[in-house]
Amino acid sequence: MGDHHHGPAKGLGRWLFTTNHKDIGTMYLWFSFCMFILGGTFAMIIRAELFQPGMQLVDPEFFNQMTTLHGLVMVFGAIMPSFVGLANWMIPMMIGAPDMALPRMNNWSFWILPPTFLLLASTLFMEGGAPQAGWTFYAPLSTTYAGPSVTYFIFCIHVLGLSSIMGSINIIATVMNMRAPGMTYMKMPLFVWTWLITAFLLVAVMPVLAGAVTMMLMDVHFGTSFFSAAGGGDPVLFQHVFWFFGHPEVYIIILPAFGVVSQIIPAFSRKPLFGYDSMVYATASIAFLSFIVWAHHMYTVGMPVSGELFFMYATMLIAVPTGVKVFNWVTTMWRGAMTFETPMLFCIGFLVLFTIGGFTGLMLSIAPADFQYHDSYFVVAHFHYVMVAGAVFSMTAAVYYWLPKWCGRMYNETMGKTHFWISFIGFNLTFFPQHFVGLAGMPRRIPDYALQFADFNMMSSIGAFIYGASQILWLYNVIATIVAGEKISDEKVWDGAEGLEWTIPTPAPYHTFETPPKIDPAHAHS
Amino acid sequence: MVFKAKRLGMLALGPVLLLMSVFAMAAGGEVSEVNMSPGVTEVGQKIYDLHMIILGISTLIGIVVFGVMFYSIYYHRKSRGVTPATFHESTKVEIAWTVVPFFILLGMAVPATTTLLEIYDNDNAELDVVVTGYQWKWKYEYLNENGENVSFFSNLRTPQTEIDNSEAKGEHYLLEVDEPLVLPVDTKVRFLVTANDVIHSWWVPELAVKRDAIPGFINEVWTHATEEGVYRGQCAELCGRNHGFMPIVVNVVSKDEYGQWLSAKQQEAAEIKELMAQTFTLDELMARGKAVYDTNCLACHGVNGEGGVGVAIAGSAVATGDLGQHLDIGINGVPGTAMQAFGGQLNDVDMAAVITYQRNAFGNNMGDTIQPIDVYNHKKG
Repeated sequence: MGDHHHGPAKGLGRWLFTTNHKDIGTMYLWFSFCMFILGGTFAMIIRAELFQPGMQLVDPEFFNQMTTLHGLVMVFGAIMPSFVGLANWMIPMMIGAPDMALPRMNNWSFWILPPTFLLLASTLFMEGGAPQAGWTFYAPLSTTYAGPSVTYFIFCIHVLGLSSIMGSINIIATVMNMRAPGMTYMKMPLFVWTWLITAFLLVAVMPVLAGAVTMMLMDVHFGTSFFSAAGGGDPVLFQHVFWFFGHPEVYIIILPAFGVVSQIIPAFSRKPLFGYDSMVYATASIAFLSFIVWAHHMYTVGMPVSGELFFMYATMLIAVPTGVKVFNWVTTMWRGAMTFETPMLFCIGFLVLFTIGGFTGLMLSIAPADFQYHDSYFVVAHFHYVMVAGAVFSMTAAVYYWLPKWCGRMYNETMGKTHFWISFIGFNLTFFPQHFVGLAGMPRRIPDYALQFADFNMMSSIGAFIYGASQILWLYNVIATIVAGEKISDEKVWDGAEGLEWTIPTPAPYHTFETPPKIDPAHAHS
Repeated sequence: MVFKAKRLGMLALGPVLLLMSVFAMAAGGEVSEVNMSPGVTEVGQKIYDLHMIILGISTLIGIVVFGVMFYSIYYHRKSRGVTPATFHESTKVEIAWTVVPFFILLGMAVPATTTLLEIYDNDNAELDVVVTGYQWKWKYEYLNENGENVSFFSNLRTPQTEIDNSEAKGEHYLLEVDEPLVLPVDTKVRFLVTANDVIHSWWVPELAVKRDAIPGFINEVWTHATEEGVYRGQCAELCGRNHGFMPIVVNVVSKDEYGQWLSAKQQEAAEIKELMAQTFTLDELMARGKAVYDTNCLACHGVNGEGGVGVAIAGSAVATGDLGQHLDIGINGVPGTAMQAFGGQLNDVDMAAVITYQRNAFGNNMGDTIQPIDVYNHKKG
């Protein structure tokens, strides 16, 4: 054994040249946390300006840069890479593989991210400022009317797409080829399933986004008119192309979150997941439907009524598989023997708040009603319920759940629970009132507002500061755990947890499953 | 157990009922601060009903799902010494909770479809108004009313001093304009919505209209207000720096009042035509020019011409240089910058006045005047 079984290299080189899935997963996770803090800082600036009516702190132009960068950094910098990091850590350990299938590409797909976000952040200091057309960057505001930084922005999007596609190909190749003997598809943990489907979505839609920004580049620099009616183009074409990417994108964000929740709820209910098969089918259905609903983001652009009807019906249908998922989670809890450690608390928070986000999503799918909801704060509230209480809460749950396995030390449970309750209260204080102001007529992306919206906005801002501050507690807890947490060595950190990752030593050694584990053919999925 | 379950259910109902009653109370008042307004149109009422039905159904489903969940959280906890069940997979149950929601959705789709079809029925409008979005104001144009088009721009009226907090904010802060859109009551009005630069969106909640204004394309949408009143809205699509500062105000008035207003507007247009032929003194131009500057230039060029988004006008080479070049920038704008072409937005009198004003205010002291005829000639080339 001796010579073959080596540990990590020493120094900076370990991180720069690593091809180890655990190292790369760790880097993804830390990077995404940094981006979470950066995007959160932008959000704090937004909420500080909106604390009361009038322009207090920033110029409207800078405000627009903040809303744009907040969205871009959170979606592309925080949420997506965090789940890629989790996939890197967990997928090989869950399917009994020694590493990812394409370890060198894995290194590359991570290391192109930090310089890209550095470049994106540097646009803040460029002449004309950072991009300010929103994270959806509708043409022609983002083309003909954009500042010079748009070119850098386009380059960043291209590189982020590249990174995502490489990450996805790696996940697909790993899941398809590296499963331990006996680990059939229908025995894979749901987290692996949701990521496999997500990876296909990414490979399908990132090139579409690349196409959209390439057309922008042509319009800005090479005299084409893809998005300008004056030259025979159509600004609405941009929206169609963007949302053909953008709608699957929101499922790219939420499907791995579904996977995480499907691992954690059974563990703390001490009862197998109810309806594993239908969870897999529901995930696949959601993925399929995500390709045929994009124009529900565009009900007000003046589509023909037949188009509106098609997109309305297709969108309403998504409620069916999503409902199946929620019902299955609740039924998994039913007659279990539950305990409520931090990961479980975040999963229950996810379940309640994501379901509320699902309800508002259903409301938004109704085209006639959307004529009132569209582009109002109601939409802002809706997507933060699914993005933050959905994706971010589940990611937080995942970190608390697997951190002890990763570093062989237990986090501080009291601090974890405190983090949950402050987050939960802060989150709801921030976003629940936004439903009200939206319904009462407050448009999104405005730096100043009419007086009747003042009270709820102040409430929202206070909530946002609370939610933001609670993340410092999380950071502290994680660092304290890694540095000085109580050492543990049980293979199974949680008594109800199932799956191959709980059969290896704690902390997880640098190399795992160098020889594939034996999967009991009689044993069901984990 | 059963008794306790009921009590738990009641507990879950409490907050929901509270929420619904807040909504209901709000619906009774004039403009709600927490809920959608049914507004003053039939379509708006239907949309409001749809919204409330879906909210109600969602709330009911929520009560059931969360009720089961919280019951389970309370009773099926390890600390109560329960042993976990081991059941999983049930095709029957899976089919049930796939099919039942599907039929609920089907039930929702029916009223949604009929309302949508009604919204899309643009025929038989009695009045056509072209709505054009500009960065950052709205232009309204009444088509062929009594043989002549009437058109005007509608700008934010809230003074900069209220926005920067140096003065107390008025009641309709950010929701007030210099010239509102005036519409007759009980009339089907069709809007032809378009934009001059980027995409905007024309939204007046109480008229139940939101339609994107897209440069190069014309969208049709209509409303039919049944009550007189003042209705306020805002641009709903991010359109650049002053997206939050281009409100919409609609005055719905009696048909008689509308007729009078229309003739007054036509009279006004005729007067402007006459003014164009006149020659003004420097003082006259300065007075008019200040008003035009404050409405159209101030947001970018500053209260004292000190600049901001736009270049400084005080002491600038253009405002203290060649008159023809200054006029040209005013009329044609500066391509590739936020400086728009104002030639189509200001009439020749206002253009002459504002250029004169810029050359003789903020410490600029050129002493020259521009007359409407100069503007006219410059436009003609």
